[in-house]
Amino acid sequence: MNTATHSKPLLETKGLKKYFKIRKNVNLHAVDGIDLELYPGETLGVVGESGCGKSTLGRTIIKLLEPTGGSILFNGKDITNYSVNQMRPLRREMQIIFQDPYSSIDPRKSVIEIISEYSFIHKMYSSKAQTFSKAVEMMELVGLAKRYANSYPHELDGGRRQRIGIARALSLNPKFIVCDEPVSALDVSVQAQNLNLLMDLQDNFSLAYIFITHDLSVVKHISDIIMVMYLGKCVETAPSDELFINPLHPYTQALLAAIPKPDITMRNKEFQLIEGEVTSPINMKPGCRFASRCPHVMDICSQEDPEFLEAAPGHRVACFLVNDK
Amino acid sequence: MNTANILEIKDLKVIYKTDLEVVEAINGLNLTLGKGKTLGLVGETGAGKTTTALSILKLLPSVTGKILNGSILFDGEEILKMDEKKMQAIRGNRISMVFQDPMTSLNPVLTVGDQIAEAIQLHNPEMSKEDVQKKVASSLELVGIPSWRSVEYPHQFSGGMKQRVVIAIALACEPELLIADEPTTALDVTIQAQVLSMIRDLRDRFNTSMIMITHDLGIVAQTCDDVAVMYAGTIIESGTAEDIFLNKDHHPYTVGLFNSIPNLDVKTDRLSPIEGLMPDPTDLPKGCAFSPRCPHAMEICHQKRPPVYTNNTHNIACFLFLPEGKQGNKGGEE
Repeated sequence: MNTATHSKPLLETKGLKKYFKIRKNVNLHAVDGIDLELYPGETLGVVGESGCGKSTLGRTIIKLLEPTGGSILFNGKDITNYSVNQMRPLRREMQIIFQDPYSSIDPRKSVIEIISEYSFIHKMYSSKAQTFSKAVEMMELVGLAKRYANSYPHELDGGRRQRIGIARALSLNPKFIVCDEPVSALDVSVQAQNLNLLMDLQDNFSLAYIFITHDLSVVKHISDIIMVMYLGKCVETAPSDELFINPLHPYTQALLAAIPKPDITMRNKEFQLIEGEVTSPINMKPGCRFASRCPHVMDICSQEDPEFLEAAPGHRVACFLVNDK
Repeated sequence: MNTANILEIKDLKVIYKTDLEVVEAINGLNLTLGKGKTLGLVGETGAGKTTTALSILKLLPSVTGKILNGSILFDGEEILKMDEKKMQAIRGNRISMVFQDPMTSLNPVLTVGDQIAEAIQLHNPEMSKEDVQKKVASSLELVGIPSWRSVEYPHQFSGGMKQRVVIAIALACEPELLIADEPTTALDVTIQAQVLSMIRDLRDRFNTSMIMITHDLGIVAQTCDDVAVMYAGTIIESGTAEDIFLNKDHHPYTVGLFNSIPNLDVKTDRLSPIEGLMPDPTDLPKGCAFSPRCPHAMEICHQKRPPVYTNNTHNIACFLFLPEGKQGNKGGEE
């Protein structure tokens, strides 16, 4: 929301690629040339269907996975080829909240041990007592009652467990957090509580989020800018409101039309369907990746990659339909 | 028994009993479903939606699950009094169920054709092999899968296709009642739209009655005629889709549920979810199960279970709308 006040992006990727080798000469193109910019205090929502590479993107950005090509700039520094040792001090500034609150925390550690673990590793505080008292502060911050400090994860429900993950990520005072589907495993009322928490924390600490989700109503609620991914490519980016009012890429249009809306006046309207499913990202041929499902497909779509061009201020789209006008 | 109803559940009570504790899963549930209608059963994890479905099919885990009282009438017959043999003739034939997770509800070592044939052969032992194969092929085509794929194994199908196979199995014997337990939760939105529109077409074609279990109010609005909202093992509000989505009066829990969903049309800074969590089913609060979280809770709510307030087709189990609660509170909030 405060894009204009910051001239320098906190995080920038240029043509970021991550391929997974399956066999000799057979590669899975999980992330295939992503350009993005993230400014301090801003939320970039990444949406797409399962298998489109959004989680891989999140993990590659913070170098939990080694990028295959392209570059990552953090605070203006190129961190693409940083070694594990070089990355370590930077980890304080970039954190991740994982999707599954059941498997992403150690079941054999107590809540306070889990939350303070990162501070110990990074030697944030001089004494053990201080580390623990900071961890208790973190618990209060995310709305976990102090009495849970010595509980084990299995004693807590999914929503509270997810808060442990949030407190752990915050314990290092990061500037930027990758949230990988942080509310998808939760019920709606708990999901809403945790979304509010994430937004409050952002206001208080001017955190920047990359918010990965497949839920379009969640992404609209939390994001300043939304990026729509399809098979490793970014097909459209736009400010949150603009994207929902004026989606330009046929895939974005299909995605928005497919959400069942809690409004019965639209009940007898047919679902707007796109045929087929996401195809395989193995050894991709040139051409638009959505071409095989696109209702407006033209000859050129299967021959060339559409360029990612600005259609309106801040609204970029990769589609021949829009860009040739 | 009203003959227009395919299913009538009265005062159902189900518990899960272990050595350590008793889980009160269903506490006096009342539900009716008209022939050819679709009922949306809405609620959060642990509300008892799946337990309700399993009770209808008598598939509750035999060691721990117990139906304490109540009655379930299916097409005028008492299901709870039927023996296992009679139930087997009904299950998969007259009532069938689509389970939540298409990845685990198919057998990985049998071809999908064999799995569909199994249901058909069981319920039509006199049918010849060729006829069964024909029926398998037509079931697959019905859900939009080419029939030559019947010789393939589940791992050769994508998630959306697997869910279609599961639906093909459920519909193979043309059931009168289909219970769909979160049929699209594991699927992406574009695939979800395909599966939902297919379910809707099939329902209209065969005039199947359906219970759609979901936590997604969007799906309910788009596919259901009637809606029942569950909380801690009881129906706290029920009515036609119009009652739930257009009427002004609602149970406070339903209001909270609607406020928890981010709205696509209006930009709000904060969501206003219900504070707190679902009560522990081993230790339900006295009185209204929602009272500890309810913003309008009154004295009486903590002492007595609220009776049902009825306005035409719209039922709400809440004191706010009853004379007992009206003095202390104005009621009828947005």
